[in-house]
Amino acid sequence: MLSLVGIKKTFNPGSVNERLALSGVSLKMQAGEVVTVIGGNGAGKSTLLNSIAGVYPLDEGRIWIDQQEIQQMPEHDRAPFIGRVFQDPLRGTAASMTIEENLALALKRGLRRKLCWGIKAKDRDFYREQLSKLGLGLENRLTTRVGLLSGGQRQALTLLMATLVPPKILLLDEHTAALDPNTAQKVLELTEKLVAQHNLTTLMVTHNMADALRLGNRTIMMHEGRIILDLQGEKRQTTSIPDLLEMFKKASGQSMVNDRMLMVAGE
Amino acid sequence: MTAIGLGVIEQGFLWGIMVLGVYITFRVLNFPDLTVDGSFTLGAAVAARLIFDGHDPWLGTLLALVCGLAAGLLTGLLNTKLRIAPLLSGILMMIALYSVNLRIMGNKSMLSLLRLDTLYTDFAAMGVPGEWAVATFGLLAVLLTSALIYFFLQTEVGLALRATGDNEQMIRSLGVNTDTSKIMGLALGNGLVALSGALVAQYQSFSDVGMGIGMIVVGLASVIVGEVIFGNGSLRRTLLAVVAGSLVYRAVIALVMQMGLPTTDLKLFTALLVVVAMSSPLIKEKLVSRQKQRGGNQDAVARWN
Repeated sequence: MLSLVGIKKTFNPGSVNERLALSGVSLKMQAGEVVTVIGGNGAGKSTLLNSIAGVYPLDEGRIWIDQQEIQQMPEHDRAPFIGRVFQDPLRGTAASMTIEENLALALKRGLRRKLCWGIKAKDRDFYREQLSKLGLGLENRLTTRVGLLSGGQRQALTLLMATLVPPKILLLDEHTAALDPNTAQKVLELTEKLVAQHNLTTLMVTHNMADALRLGNRTIMMHEGRIILDLQGEKRQTTSIPDLLEMFKKASGQSMVNDRMLMVAGE
Repeated sequence: MTAIGLGVIEQGFLWGIMVLGVYITFRVLNFPDLTVDGSFTLGAAVAARLIFDGHDPWLGTLLALVCGLAAGLLTGLLNTKLRIAPLLSGILMMIALYSVNLRIMGNKSMLSLLRLDTLYTDFAAMGVPGEWAVATFGLLAVLLTSALIYFFLQTEVGLALRATGDNEQMIRSLGVNTDTSKIMGLALGNGLVALSGALVAQYQSFSDVGMGIGMIVVGLASVIVGEVIFGNGSLRRTLLAVVAGSLVYRAVIALVMQMGLPTTDLKLFTALLVVVAMSSPLIKEKLVSRQKQRGGNQDAVARWN
């Protein structure tokens, strides 16, 4: 499905701000696999997702989605395969446009946009039906500007937009981190529902260790631009959060210093 | 109706097409495009030159539109392909166009169209009363342009254009090449600006190499004044507000000129108008919060009584 081979990325090479973000990451994902990604700050989690999405060119390495090699493609050409939800709820939607206009943009993800009417009558029924599944009452607010919605509503809408046309791979970058706990929980439940419904191959970055172990069927841990742990199957099922912290310590030679992660681990 | 009133309407409509162009680049695309100063004159120069040389004024106007499209396209290429900052791309094109415009006008700073046939004489010949020819033509032109923009911005391509101005990262992740949409928006905006320049040149019977100076500020003033007064709740409303803003701007200019402001001070006045209009949301906010405080005190007093 998705395979990465030897991906390397250094930001600002040759300057004082030089930072090695990915130092040879390789990963193979099967169709329908849901992989959670954990790791401290600056471990390269977001860079990994951005590299797959094509936000910037790679220094080295190759990326395949199915049989297609994509590392040379510009970001917009990868859109047919990839659905994305960002950490910041403001980044996934167009605030000055209405809910139905945003959905219309998503309905054409990766397709050629023509000079024909952007929102057709039959699309509206489809949008209403899809929105009603969110359970937020948005199906009655098709012509509301998205800027008027709350962060949680916008994130739920972004999630719906990313999966409106099921992508080959769904990239979630700490997409509940900026929400309050209650809303985060709802958005997470919605994520599970949509992923299960479309049987989506998913790569989800999270700082919540419990979520990382509970959701999906595989967990990878990153540190200094490298995958240092790959848990799946039975071993993963028997792993607890303290185990995970211990594994991190062993693999990286230091303890998990991310405050947020410790906080969640202590809950 | 007085001659001044008619003049305001005529100018409001003809310059209104320029304002719609500025609306597309500045508001829809969120691109501060200074090409406008050059492309307005470009349109005027191209139309004037062709009419001066004895060509059909319709052909001259059409060609002016095409040249404006090309100017916007070049600004877009500078910005997207050569990665030059938006403001600088526009300034570079504006300066370059100054020389180009002089060339088009045969290295004269002014080209007179006196006693030559223009669109309006053609239009009047169709049976519109001479006095009303420009106003009627302007109204039709601005309505047609607004309607086309209104429909275009709701097509799939138009939605992508608006999203490019709103959230570039998001629309790129949905598969839109934002370079292409920027180039398209800039071409479209400057095409309209040049068309407006062509219509204005024929209206005032001359084209002047300096007639575009400060045009971006005039356009901004009209867009902002229109949105502040008439609102921007829906797309239709915004487009009408923008055209109405152009009329209001011309009316204000006519008014202050009546009150004795010399023409040479117009640009200063326009700049001040933009400052006032742009800061109006902040001023309004301050006033409202002060009123609220006062209202709160009154309530407190009322309770004590």
